[in-house]
Order: sequence, then structure tokens, then C-alpha cells
Amino acid sequence: MNREDFQMLDGNIVYFDNGATTLKPKCVVDEVIDYYTKYTANAHRGDYDISQIVDSKYEGVRDKVKDFIHAKRREEIVFTKGTTESLNTVAFGFMNTYLEKEDEVLITKSEHASNVLPWLELAKRKGIVVKFIPLNEHHEVTVENIRKVMTEKTKVISLAHVTNVIGDIRPIEDIGKLCLEKNIIFVVDAAQSIGHIPIDVEKCNISFLGFSAHKMLGPTGIGVLYGKYDLLNRLTPTEYGGGMNSYFESSGELEYKPLPERLEAGTQNIAGVLGMGKAIDYLLKIGLDNIHKHELELKKYAVEKLKQIPNIRIYNAESNSGIIVFNIHKVFSQDTAVFLNHYGICVRAGNHCAKIVKDEINVSNTCRASFYLYNTKEEIDKLVEALNNQDKIFDIIL
Amino acid sequence: MDEKLKRDIILDNYQNPMNRGLTNSDGYIKVNTRNSSCVDNVDVMAKLENGVFIDIRFDGDACAISTSATSIMIKTLIGKTVAETEKIIENYEKMINEEAYDKELLGELNVYDTVSKQPSRKKCATLPFEAIKRIIEEAKKA
Ligand SMILES: Cc1ncc(COP(=O)(O)O)c(C=O)c1O
Repeated sequence: MNREDFQMLDGNIVYFDNGATTLKPKCVVDEVIDYYTKYTANAHRGDYDISQIVDSKYEGVRDKVKDFIHAKRREEIVFTKGTTESLNTVAFGFMNTYLEKEDEVLITKSEHASNVLPWLELAKRKGIVVKFIPLNEHHEVTVENIRKVMTEKTKVISLAHVTNVIGDIRPIEDIGKLCLEKNIIFVVDAAQSIGHIPIDVEKCNISFLGFSAHKMLGPTGIGVLYGKYDLLNRLTPTEYGGGMNSYFESSGELEYKPLPERLEAGTQNIAGVLGMGKAIDYLLKIGLDNIHKHELELKKYAVEKLKQIPNIRIYNAESNSGIIVFNIHKVFSQDTAVFLNHYGICVRAGNHCAKIVKDEINVSNTCRASFYLYNTKEEIDKLVEALNNQDKIFDIIL
Repeated sequence: MDEKLKRDIILDNYQNPMNRGLTNSDGYIKVNTRNSSCVDNVDVMAKLENGVFIDIRFDGDACAISTSATSIMIKTLIGKTVAETEKIIENYEKMINEEAYDKELLGELNVYDTVSKQPSRKKCATLPFEAIKRIIEEAKKA
């Protein structure tokens, strides 16, 4: 749907790497250009007209984000450069003081590096314990399995809402309830779910949430950290400078601003924020439910078609998102991706920055096709046609 | 070399690579090399005696270009001195980067003389040589 809004689709490519980053509709690009051509100014700084425009647009996006994820207060929304920064800020601004030696953090083996390494780093520095929740036969998290590994020392559960290899949707509402009951901090990596399925941070009792705009039609280099007010208010800033202080004296006397400014030191990625705001408008106009429905239809179609091709192994036929991971039997994933590139089809090969998911699916490298609203069944037919030519792969790539 | 012949050599070395499988014997220097595109993951081990490579072995998951290049590299380097090897690496890298190089020195490695047309695969073609360079470095330290 809405293909005409995406200039990238004018060319002859089939873009199936939406899990890595999405294409941008014209309205988002225009919004960024407008900032640079019509009202370039810093936010929160000037008394002149264009600065006021920027300020109100910038703060307006905060409100949009708040509504988009159903947060209670606008102060709970902090702009970051993306999911990675959001998760690291939680780990090194909050958890480094909140957690004590031997406290346990539960994650899984299908998490992205940005939801594994900060915890492993805290384990090295502070002696916290990182435990992996066992996954079921479809590589999914269940509340039952969380209960099995949870102990008195479990202080944090940190999970992707949708994983970036398997593409399974985690039951975050039930997990949130469990966290409420057991007084556990619930961190959610929404990188792959934002812009695909609705998120309600209140209903799911989410303590902290991070996402990146570039995976939901927005610009790169901008994202969000959400934190429940009382928790976010206890987060120590990881950066200090302009925009985040109320005053400081040579005597050393100083005071920092309240949320959210306290956590946004320095000039922010204003163009990015405004572009992200437009992306949210655009997504809401189409409707997340419609987008999700469309992706599921594509996934179902792709699984059915790919299953009929000899030598194709699918690793996540069951998962409920627009991600399909596969290999041609006995062909290295990167060779398959180079082969598909020959047909103008963009897929991702490798371990997708989830380097320990191999322990789960028993294969370390796969090809991933990830769909979004603008993809079509005709494009999947092109993938199928290409894969049906697999016996020519080495003639083509070598 | 004609394209078909090149392809056959690459494919043969991919499907039946030389010295795949590591050994536990003594006297080897082993390194792991990972392509920065985070896909290829290959262990290379080599044994030097009096400055000559008497054995080189490898194992791991890698694409057709990486695997075949490792195989052809192993065939080329066994029996060569460190100095000869360095000369070969230097010329190989020149070839990959489309600079003037000594064709004679490279033998079968010349099959990669058009890899530069696919920039994303240059790394794959040089991966095993990065490993050998590190092995030489270690050997010099010891
Ligand atoms: C599940 C998941 N978490 C986190 C990230 C990191 O996002 P970013 O690189 O935008 O910080 C990604 C991106 O690939 C992802 O898929």
C-alpha cells in the first residue's frame, strides 16, 4: 500500500530489509528539508519567530510520541539517537546504581546485541547475573518459562517486543503483569515492533522502553527512551552540558532541569525529531492494525510459496510478524543474498546482530526478508522466481 | 584466464577445499578472523619450520569467495617462506584493489582478479590473507 509515497520504490528494487531500516515517505523527507530550508534554528533557545516554530514543533513531537505509545506524561519521553542509546542509558544511567552484586537480569538468546551487551558489561563491572529465559519449541518466551527461572534475586526482565531474527511477538502484557506482581523492572526493546504493532506502555506495565525512528519510516539518528516517571526521574544523566541545567556557579553550586530536559544535554537532532513526528502522523493515518494485517498476509503468502521451492529451509514459519528467515540448503547465506541482489532483491544475510540466537535455531547465518507496508505479493513472487533459479547461483555470483 | 575456467576453479575450491578441518598437533599458530560484515567466521592455523609454511589448515563458516580463497591460498602458500608469502600477499592485495601487480607470483589466485567489481566481496577475498598476516605477526613475535 501507499507505494507512490516512497521515492525509493521508483527504482527497480525489491526492498525486503525493513528489519534493518525502512524507506522514508515523501512527507518525512519534506519535513526534514523544511527544517533545513524554512526555519533552521535551535530549540529552546531563541526569542525570534523561527526559533519559536522549531520549539513548538519539537515539543509537539514529544506529545505525539507520548500518545503513540500511550504514556501518561510528556515528561516520560526522552529523545535519543535510537534504541541502542536508549537501552544503554537505562543500563548505565539507572541500572548501574539500582542493581547490586548478584542481582539477576533475565533476557533471552534471541535478543539483539544492544539488549545483551549492556547487561554483560554490567555483569563484568558490578557482578550482576545475566540469565537466559529458556524459549519454547517455536523459540518463544512464555510466562511459564519466565516463572521457572525467576528467583528472589530477579530484579529486571529485558526483552525485545518483537525479535529481529525469529520475529516472534512477546506477550508483553502478561509479562508486564508478572513484573508488577513481583516488583521487577520491565525493559522493552521496541525496535522491531514500533510502527508495526500498537504499543501501550501503561497497559503493559513497561518500566523503560526504547525504539528507533528509522525502523518506522523516520530519519536515522533519532529515537526515544520512555521511562515511567518515578523511575526515569532517578536516572542519572549520562551527559552534562547546555539545555539540561537550571543554573551553575563557579562555586560549584548547580541544579539540573526537571525531566525531560535533564536527559537531553546539548543541541538535539532537531531535524530527526521533526521527521519522526511526521512518520508517526503518517503511520497513524494508515493505522497500525492495517499495517500489521498486511505484513501477516505477506508473511503467510511468502511461507506458502517458499515451502514449495526445493532446498529452502524456513526457520520461523510460525512467527506472527513480517519477518521470514531462510536459507538455501548448503548455500552460505551471504552467497544467497548476493545472488538475490542480482535480481534487485535486498535481503539481509548473517546473524543479524543476534549472535547467540544460533544456540536456539542451530544455524549461525540466515537470510532475512522483512516486510513492511509498501511491500507486495508481486514482490514476493519475484523472490520466489529468483529462488527457483537457485541452480544458477554460482554462475551468477562468481 | 577465461571466466568459465575461473568460476570452475573457485567452485571446485569452495566445494572441495584444501585442508579443511583443524588439528590438535603442536607447533601451530591459530587465529580466528571475522569479516566486519559479521558473516564470515573462519579459523586458520599454520605451522612454520625454519621460516617456511609446512602446513596451513582452516575451518569455519564462510561464503563461496572466502572459502575458495582460503583453499587456494593454502595451496599457494604451503612450502613458501614468510618473505615469499609477504610478497604474494602484497601483490594479491594490489590485485584486489585494482593496482598494478605481478601476475606470475599469484598463480591460481589470479581467479579473483575481477572481485573488485563487487566491492562488498573484496573483504571476503582478502579474509584468509588477513589471517595469515596475523599468523606471521605472531610468528615474528615468538
Ligand atoms: C531488536 C532490535 N533491537 C535493537 C536494535 C538497534 O537499533 P538501532 O541500531 O537503531 O539502535 C535493532 C536494530 O537492528 C533491533 O532489531
